[in-house]
Amino acid sequence: MTFWRMLNWEGRAGAAVLAVLLLMALLAPWIAPGDPLAITGEPMLRPFASGAHILGTDRLGRDVFAGLLHGTRTTLLVACFSAAVALVIGSVVGTLAGYLGGFADTVLMRITEAFQTVPAFLLALAAISVTGPSVPTLIFAISLGTWTQAARVTRAEVLSLHERDFVAAARTLGMRPLEIAFREVLPNAFGPTASLAAISVAAAILIEAALSFLGFGDPNRVTWGSMIAEGRTVLRAAPYLSIVPGIALVVTVLGVHLLGRGLSRTERLQP
Amino acid sequence: MPPLVSFFLRRLATALPVLAVVLVGSFLLLEAASGDAVDSYVARSGSMDAEQIAQLRQEWGLDQGPAYRFKAYASALAQGDLGWSTAFERPVASVILERLPVTLMLMGVATALAFFIGSLLGVVAGANPGSFRDRFLSTGSLALYAVPGFWLGLVLIVIFAVDLRWLPIGGIESVASGKTGLARMADIGAHLILPVASLAMVYLALYLRLMRDRMSEIWRDPFVKALKARGLSRGRIVWRHVARNAVLPVITMLGLQAAAMLGGSVVVESVFAIPGFGRLAAEAVARRDTPLLLGVILCSAITVIIVNLLVDLAYGKLDPRVRVGR
Repeated sequence: MTFWRMLNWEGRAGAAVLAVLLLMALLAPWIAPGDPLAITGEPMLRPFASGAHILGTDRLGRDVFAGLLHGTRTTLLVACFSAAVALVIGSVVGTLAGYLGGFADTVLMRITEAFQTVPAFLLALAAISVTGPSVPTLIFAISLGTWTQAARVTRAEVLSLHERDFVAAARTLGMRPLEIAFREVLPNAFGPTASLAAISVAAAILIEAALSFLGFGDPNRVTWGSMIAEGRTVLRAAPYLSIVPGIALVVTVLGVHLLGRGLSRTERLQP
Repeated sequence: MPPLVSFFLRRLATALPVLAVVLVGSFLLLEAASGDAVDSYVARSGSMDAEQIAQLRQEWGLDQGPAYRFKAYASALAQGDLGWSTAFERPVASVILERLPVTLMLMGVATALAFFIGSLLGVVAGANPGSFRDRFLSTGSLALYAVPGFWLGLVLIVIFAVDLRWLPIGGIESVASGKTGLARMADIGAHLILPVASLAMVYLALYLRLMRDRMSEIWRDPFVKALKARGLSRGRIVWRHVARNAVLPVITMLGLQAAAMLGGSVVVESVFAIPGFGRLAAEAVARRDTPLLLGVILCSAITVIIVNLLVDLAYGKLDPRVRVGR
């Protein structure tokens, strides 16, 4: 448990929250077996009113607790993969721009700027409108708008590493420029980029939730965003249907932020 | 050349390539979308045989290669023609111009409130780093930063519009109220309170944190020690020196967040049924209106560029070290 001891209280709180969420996601098929979109009881049961439906049921009689559990799967899946894709695209573009320099740098940075100028959410919306909603296309659409920060950070780091001795050594060894860029420079520049992971995951969770709230999420999966949207139609009679999945969202994003802050503190303590 | 003119020219020189990339990107999107303008025309007009369809494609230049189509698309854009919205059956430009003011107002008020309240609370927290007030505000802002705007909007609706009935549930003004002048402005103001709050809260938390973190760094600077040695009052050091230096990164962030806020307005406007520019994007996707979606993307890029230009001008006014034109 050295990892646990390295963290401050913020990091520990975040790690605990995410561990619980991960367990919820993994065990969802056993805790709440069957299709979470199936009708299992009377519609609009209040929370804690029935033993079979702890958090009640929605407008159509679907179990809220089961939806919440299965929604964790979608949220974590989409968020983690799109953050990973964004970091990979960003660090490749940033390494190329920083290492090649000159015209390639100018072109790549103008493209990065263009992606930053268009709101990430609009980019995701546009991509979904072309590809149609499914988990892989959602991952692609979200990372389309979130890779730019990683590109900028990697480029800055690569520029600072460019004149180091190990790069010169690799050059004298006869390595080709691209080989140096990706085998020598990128692994050393990846640290600061990886510290963006928490921000990327949090951003991806919020974009995915907003997309599925607007009805552009995967229609065959339960998501917290779609549960909030579903509850919105009966907001006056049953506000908890929208409020409960929203709380899950807030807790998840908060957990990610806390863990991210905890990790960045430990990095500073142990150079 | 006056410094301001050369500043604008230099900014234009970097903005044009960026806009060109956005343009190419949106053209590629248009190409990737299934169906073209003729398809949607045929779908609306009902029956047309294959020969007529082919003739129409030829007339509109859609049977040519992608290079020709791109040239036509770009030259139409250069003349301010954003194309034809199939969902609204009107030119895209006129739909956007009608929707843009509401969103700019929403974003402007939200940005101003988030900036003033956020940085004020940031000063309160950063005046004594490590104090109870600091820890309370820092933790609070971290929690607030995790709240999605659209969900906050729903919660605010439940509390203030459904339960307490203090504020309207949505829309931008009361329908057919016949109000004019001040009464109408007050009506619009009442409609704006909840959407502005749901849009601004995340940024308020962000600016609070930024201000507070920067201030706690500045307290360690030697110049603060020098000010203390000269016997300046604590309040004067906090406000005139530490806070004033710490506000600069917050202003930079204002510009950087313009794009994110525009994205956030898409969902917030949908929650509150505000007929704005943001909701237009969602409507364009839902109604498969690709030309409209591209117009929205292009206009939001232009909006973001202009906002950043204004922020840089303001920055030069506040920080003599980066005066524009030098």
